[in-house]
Amino acid sequence: MEDNAVLQMRNIHKSFPGVKALSGVDFTLRKGEIHALMGENGAGKSTLIKVLTGVYTKDEGHIYLDGHEKEVQIRSPQEAQKLGISPVYQEITLCPNLSVAENMYIGRTPGAMQNWRKMNKDADKLLKSLDIPAKATQQLSTCSLAVQQMIAIARAVDTDCKVLILDEPTSSLDEQEVEKLFKLMRDLRARGVGIIFVTHFLDQVYEVCDRITVMRDGCLVGEYEIKDLPRVQLVSKMLGKELDDLSDIHGEYKSYEKKEGELPVFEVEGLYSNAGIKPFDFHIDKGEVNGFTGLLGSGRSECVRAIFGADHVLGGKVKKNGKPVKISKPIDAMRQGIGYLPEDRKRDGIVGDLSVRDNIILAQQVLRGFLKPYSKAEADKIADEYIKLLNIKTASADTPIKSLSGGNQQKVILARWLLTHPEYLILDEPTRGIDVGTKVDIQKLVLKLASEGMSVTFISSEMDEMLRTCSRLIVMRDRKVVGELTGSDLNQTSIMSTIAGGDK
Amino acid sequence: MQTNETKKAGASSFLGRMVRKQVMIPLAALLLLFLFNLIVDPSFFKIELGYNSAGNPVLSGFLITILDSGSELAILAIGMTLVTAATGGQDISVGATTAIAGSVLLRVLCGTNSRPETLQAPIIVAFLVACVVAMLFGAFNGVLVAVFKIQPMIATLILYTAGRSIAAWINNNELPVVSDETLTYFGEFIPGIPIPTPFFIAVACMIVIGLVLKFTNLRLYTQAVGINENSSKLNGLNPVFIKILSFVILGLCVAVVGLIKVARISTINYSVIAKDIEMDAILAVALGGNALSGGKFNMTASIIGAYVIQCLTTTLYKFQVRSDALPAYKAIVVIVLVIVSAPVVREKFNAFMAKRKVKEAA
Repeated sequence: MEDNAVLQMRNIHKSFPGVKALSGVDFTLRKGEIHALMGENGAGKSTLIKVLTGVYTKDEGHIYLDGHEKEVQIRSPQEAQKLGISPVYQEITLCPNLSVAENMYIGRTPGAMQNWRKMNKDADKLLKSLDIPAKATQQLSTCSLAVQQMIAIARAVDTDCKVLILDEPTSSLDEQEVEKLFKLMRDLRARGVGIIFVTHFLDQVYEVCDRITVMRDGCLVGEYEIKDLPRVQLVSKMLGKELDDLSDIHGEYKSYEKKEGELPVFEVEGLYSNAGIKPFDFHIDKGEVNGFTGLLGSGRSECVRAIFGADHVLGGKVKKNGKPVKISKPIDAMRQGIGYLPEDRKRDGIVGDLSVRDNIILAQQVLRGFLKPYSKAEADKIADEYIKLLNIKTASADTPIKSLSGGNQQKVILARWLLTHPEYLILDEPTRGIDVGTKVDIQKLVLKLASEGMSVTFISSEMDEMLRTCSRLIVMRDRKVVGELTGSDLNQTSIMSTIAGGDK
Repeated sequence: MQTNETKKAGASSFLGRMVRKQVMIPLAALLLLFLFNLIVDPSFFKIELGYNSAGNPVLSGFLITILDSGSELAILAIGMTLVTAATGGQDISVGATTAIAGSVLLRVLCGTNSRPETLQAPIIVAFLVACVVAMLFGAFNGVLVAVFKIQPMIATLILYTAGRSIAAWINNNELPVVSDETLTYFGEFIPGIPIPTPFFIAVACMIVIGLVLKFTNLRLYTQAVGINENSSKLNGLNPVFIKILSFVILGLCVAVVGLIKVARISTINYSVIAKDIEMDAILAVALGGNALSGGKFNMTASIIGAYVIQCLTTTLYKFQVRSDALPAYKAIVVIVLVIVSAPVVREKFNAFMAKRKVKEAA
């Protein structure tokens, strides 16, 4: 047992049907440290957090608190809270229409009576001691996002908190707000709170953390002191050897041969929408796979949404094979042969209660029009064909899509668009939150489709995935296209430096 | 021995499959009501052939009453099911708009005179005008819901409150009476046919909606919009249009019910006509096992649900429950029916069945 460890997790295993989410993971958090938990999407970070906070129960393994010999059982979020483990999630889970103090103490005062004056006084005291610029009686929605985030943290640390978990707390904050949040984190560290910091931003890790634990594919890669682990090594540890294994999938498919004088399939000039992106130019050739890259919130998705007409387009021109076309809503884009797999599968992709079959035929049925439904037999045949083609794991075509795993849901949405036989397919984060096997399937499929002449735009937060599939990358920063990389420039370093830009 | 066992397992799985069918919910309720009547007083099932005042053969009996009055409800349930599926809300103005449709119908039939000797316009013309007006009012509700994003119940509260006044205003607050016999055919009996006409009208409506659901994408589009509006939009659908469309279809159903209601008495009573029918129509949808929060729907179940509601009302009448006490009794039965048919309960039941199956297998 380490002396000053507040939390030790040993040999944690957790499986879900068909997926091993955690296998033998160790994690140690010491008193008064900020500990980054790093890994790509699907590495098992959030599963580990959920085991720790009692959302999931572990299959195997032990958890010790405060260096005690006796292991603790965490069966529910309430139990975790009682043990002093408090999570603060990415989306703020407070009530915007209540006051700051009410948000801090709601559901935590025993009995039915509430001493409002004492509550407000306590809240003010805590806010002041943590240097949070808010008043107890202020309505929460009048605070900035960063302050709301800090109030959520204040709520979490108030009750004898030993382990504070911050899950992507900075993703919706601007630079100054992040700075304020870090100050609060350092204050808490000085008080001896152990903080687990989950983030995708490398800069932030190196600015505020003491240690890093890296995970990959449900396994522990290692625990490192921050000074012993340079960035490049961190990235390579997060990506693992996979990079080499998969980099040659390009070779499996011949790239489409471009004919002389062929115009780009789609060409965009000065396009911008109400989603706040700056006007951008863009083109894609037949059989080309290109991608938009940039940090979260840099405007990648907004660009392709503008092309598809998913956001309200405010200006710019779109040309198909050199001829101008008008795309103001998704159906226009679909009629021009564009398919769009949206970033947020649950919100924008699946129609949860409908069967796999209905989800597959949906877009094509809209294209065919109101009066031309597929007969039951036709629909069954199509569904079976695509279930087989994409190897979708489902009990039957009648199963509601919401009961499938994330990866299989994504394949259904892919099937939906493949059925429309698009000339140009836009895939926005098609591999987010799905298992590695399916990821590779999807990447291979993209290359195969391109070799058959389909144009594909591929967006992913995972750089190695982009490098593997795309032959041209459009780099974005602050909702602006800032560069384009092809050929030998397609590597981690040049992408990173383009994303970072000259002003850093 | 072995064959016997597999047969038993086959039978139980068949039963399980049947029980899981959504249509079984209202059917079971109907069966329960029938059983109750059979035990307490079998005269419920008596059907007599008699002659009405015009000397035409007519069937009478409680079952015929159910077929007759339940048909109005069934027609409304068709539209209400679509509105529920697309918007996840209900239209509470159908009673009031029925009054409007009936009033328009009479206005066209009577012209300027409120007691005309002869009809001033053919019935079909009057009916078509009523359809157009009812559909326009439906579109009004639809625009409030789809474009202005007002809660359906609140949006339709406007016409719920104002509809009967509008209906009275259409006829200058007079009560026009039609003395043409042809009109009564739509609400009572066609000479020579002993089954009430509203039932035939309802059957016609069911056939039409059945064909529409089979030969168009109405079902897929409506369900997709009701379940996930964002996703529907990105698949090229126009949720605003589809929601308005569902209200317009309900408007058409309302016009048909308006015709039946007016034809029954050859006149109109603005404050009583189709009173509280919206609640029964919504109940029919719920009793059919459809989620009132929208999404997937089963039209057949809704239609059967409508007849179940009518069966319940008629049963209560038969036992001479005082008309002012009727709603209370109805409420009790409805609570039980709705709870039993709630998706939550069904899921629990399915889980229970599955568990038992596992146990049996072990």
